[in-house]
Amino acid sequence: MAAPLTLLLIVAVTIRAALFRSSLAELIAERVEVVSPITAWKRVVEGLALLDLGVSPYSGDVFHETPLIIYMFHFLVDYAEITFMVSLNKNIILKHFVVEFRKQKFALEADRYPMDSLELIRSPKEMYYIPLKVAMFYLLNPFTILSCVAKSTCGLNNAVLALFFLSTIKGNVLLSAIFLCLATYQSIYPITLCAPAMLYFMQRQYIPVNFRRVSFWWFIVQYLFMYLGSLFVLICLSFFLLGSWDYLPSVYGFILSVPDLTPNIGLFWYFFAEMFEHFRLFFLCVFQINVFFYTIPLSIKLKEHPVFLMFMQLAVISIFKSYPTVGDVALYLAFLPVWSHLHRFLRNIFLVSCVLLACSVLFPVLWHLWIYAGSANSNFYYAITLLFNVAQILLVSDYFYAFLRREHHLTNGLYLKRKDGSEATLILK
Amino acid sequence: MGLLSDPNRRRALISMLTRLNAPICVVCYFAGVAWFMGLAFEPFTLRTYMSENAMGSTMVEERFPAGERALATGREFAAHKKKVGGMPVDWLVKNMQDRGLEVFTQSFSRTLPFPDENKERYIVKGTNVYGILRAPRAPRTEALVLSAPCSPGDSNNQAVGLLLGLAQYFRNQIYWAKDIIFLVNEHDLIGMQAWLEGYHHTNTTGMSWSPLQGRGGSIQAALSLELSSDVITSLDLVLEGLNGQLPNLDLANLFYAFCQKIGVLCTIQGKLQRNDWDSVSGYSHAVQTMMLMVMKQASGRPWGDHGLFLRYHIEAATIKGVNSFRQYKTDATTIGRLLEGMYRKLNNLLERLHQSYFFYLMPSLSHFVSIGYYMPAFGLLAVILLLRALDLWVQLNTPPSTTEDGVADIDQVRHTLLSVLTPLVISHLTGVALYALPIRFQETAVEHFPVSETEAVVLTAIAIYTAGLALPHNTHRYYIMSAVPDVRGWRVLKLIAVLYLAVLLGCTALINFSLGFILALTLVPLAAFVTPHVPKVLSAFILVILSPACTLLFSVFFFQELQEMPVSFQDGWLLYLSVISQGILDHSLYGSLVYPLIALLVYPCWLLFWNILFWK
Repeated sequence: MAAPLTLLLIVAVTIRAALFRSSLAELIAERVEVVSPITAWKRVVEGLALLDLGVSPYSGDVFHETPLIIYMFHFLVDYAEITFMVSLNKNIILKHFVVEFRKQKFALEADRYPMDSLELIRSPKEMYYIPLKVAMFYLLNPFTILSCVAKSTCGLNNAVLALFFLSTIKGNVLLSAIFLCLATYQSIYPITLCAPAMLYFMQRQYIPVNFRRVSFWWFIVQYLFMYLGSLFVLICLSFFLLGSWDYLPSVYGFILSVPDLTPNIGLFWYFFAEMFEHFRLFFLCVFQINVFFYTIPLSIKLKEHPVFLMFMQLAVISIFKSYPTVGDVALYLAFLPVWSHLHRFLRNIFLVSCVLLACSVLFPVLWHLWIYAGSANSNFYYAITLLFNVAQILLVSDYFYAFLRREHHLTNGLYLKRKDGSEATLILK
Repeated sequence: MGLLSDPNRRRALISMLTRLNAPICVVCYFAGVAWFMGLAFEPFTLRTYMSENAMGSTMVEERFPAGERALATGREFAAHKKKVGGMPVDWLVKNMQDRGLEVFTQSFSRTLPFPDENKERYIVKGTNVYGILRAPRAPRTEALVLSAPCSPGDSNNQAVGLLLGLAQYFRNQIYWAKDIIFLVNEHDLIGMQAWLEGYHHTNTTGMSWSPLQGRGGSIQAALSLELSSDVITSLDLVLEGLNGQLPNLDLANLFYAFCQKIGVLCTIQGKLQRNDWDSVSGYSHAVQTMMLMVMKQASGRPWGDHGLFLRYHIEAATIKGVNSFRQYKTDATTIGRLLEGMYRKLNNLLERLHQSYFFYLMPSLSHFVSIGYYMPAFGLLAVILLLRALDLWVQLNTPPSTTEDGVADIDQVRHTLLSVLTPLVISHLTGVALYALPIRFQETAVEHFPVSETEAVVLTAIAIYTAGLALPHNTHRYYIMSAVPDVRGWRVLKLIAVLYLAVLLGCTALINFSLGFILALTLVPLAAFVTPHVPKVLSAFILVILSPACTLLFSVFFFQELQEMPVSFQDGWLLYLSVISQGILDHSLYGSLVYPLIALLVYPCWLLFWNILFWK
């Protein structure tokens, strides 16, 4: 296990190092698909320059990262490349452990279900390779490579999120709360991951999810206290570092009110560029609520399966967030091998992967036609954005459906019979 | 969403698609070709119309009087050109200054990667001369360009004469709201490239040029004039630019409208338009015109000096005077009036030309086919690839399940992965060799073989291309050594290759429809039928016939046929060699993308199919 992983790490680092040194790095750092106004390295450098001059980095409309990031790079700027490498690679080693827990879980499951669904449960042999696959999916994913070479700070966010997963799966409540709070501090949206984290801990500590039980509420209060407490500390720390509250509107206001309509792979820019100004606030609310809203139905449906819920939340965030980049997409794509036992129930995977592949190639082509050749226009580019997002949504809902179907088969047996004895099929209506 | 969630209907659809796969593919192919041929049929096309308001309704009265004097200037220019033996820079500077322009020169030099035998040049040194007529009516933020090439020999003297005549006339008018730049460029496209790079302060091709001393505003539109006789019978409009880029259709509309108004015969691709679209000869005439446009666009080279402007977002076209044996002749005054009219309309522009189409084909100057009409033809061909991919996917997902041992399964996966990765990597490396080696190795080749540099480059390219065909025999030894029989291998490789081709052709067709369509026409049937189980010799022959290099060879003959200048096989072969060398030169001189596209992507993709055929 260690040998292939080391090899993988070496390959991944070599690719990145080669790309850092090549002339492509500059080109990649300019791509709108790879960097967003928040995560662009160019803007971080600009913010650093302002900071060095003794001006608030948030004056003007250039820098939108959080204060902690800028102070971190204040010390690390010379080693930026190394930092990004480390953050990415660390990321992976962490992800590994995410999977460890499933081994135990499946061992428990094995004797609970009818015999014929046994083939649905993964053999330890298959489990063994999953961490490696996850690492491979993340490290060799072109999306991750691009976002690392562009030095997008998205890599750091991903690292924080991975740490959150690790500490959650390992059952460390305090660390989990702290990392979740760090992730929230970076980009607000991970706040929805609170629900799966709490559900996971409750499952682990055998606390029933029941609104009438005191232990349930007590746990929630505990977790929220840790979470909000560390958030409070972070926010105050930022305030003391900067000496002003400038960063609040400039970071969180920027994320929530979407003033920068530079094209990206998300859904916001085109709508808000086309919209009449007086509808803006309304649709802003609709679009932002959209990101958070799925937490409720998903947590109700998946309360027994917090880890899958986490994956779903992550996907929803990276599809619907206001400034998505391919780095965000790569994060949840890396978790797909964890659900490899669902593959036999997936229905549209071929269609979806074809569309995703074609879209990712078409992004630069249509961008070229629009911006450089001047022969196409924004509609062409947006059409591809839309298609890309529809494919992602299909992918996620397909996994969701496959998960539910597997659960159904686990309890009811794999080969369903109708009442008259003929073979039955499941239809989703 | 019913189809996506209802398993019964899905199964029915998929089983129908897999059962009827071959017939559907054949039907799609012929439907695609038929659709494409139908594009030239006049009732299916749209009439051109002026979309730009600023150029549409305003009336312009053309008054240019001095055609004869322009021709006299042209003759004087010719005499000076002959005396100096190149561009008469001092004479041009003096003449432009006399006409009240701000005159500047720009010198440039460029060493070609290997000698260009068509134009007989290797180390190119030259000077561009340009004069700016400052706009009296507006802030000088925008400009128009009129250019004429200073070509060797006796050609294009009249164009320079007319340019100077127009400059003198324009100088006395008060209505100009845009700077007008009169440019005489030496060494046709190389000079133009140097001037454009200088004007926009970019250096994309590694050429050395002296910086420009004077600039106008941002250039909105440009016309390049080619005129080699005192009287002409018709004017020909050339639109195809670098990488198959076309100017906004409104520029063609403008030209057509003025030709109609002034009564000059106008052609596109050298073909007059005919009114008898319902007759067979009328239809085939339209097909010829459109096919010529398709071939020229697919070649990705600039077909006139205007071709490089398009890269800078400047709408440009070349206007060529043609003098044939027709009775009715047009004199220089009339051409001058036509240009005056066009410039006055362009002068009225309030924003860049953007209203009309950028993606179009023209079966005649008065009719066009827009992207919405021609894309289905390509789409029908691309659907074949997707259907084949779907078929393969279904086959891969329902294997005869024999081994249930996890270890063997993983071994199988690893084996498949390796056996698929090897051809992928090797064919791409061959592609890289095809792209990089010919120019790199020309000196070595010249030392060892009795060939010139140009021949060395072309022949090396052909040699590497052919050597790539030996590839499957080399990768095969590996498979024979490994003991596990591989049933999935070629299917996986073919699935990858088919999807690869689909994405590649799709992107190509978006940037350059003609190139994408021609490649699809040959590569799609090949991709659809190749398996290891078809008769080897016959299929190998078909595969070679349909390979990109042979497509190019046929295109050369077909193009000559369309131009009504058929060539013998011997001449055709020589022409083919020169076309390859031109393609490589265009890439290194102007950044044309066709050669790298073919070498780095299309050829490796074709090699994958070649590999599948010889799969053991």
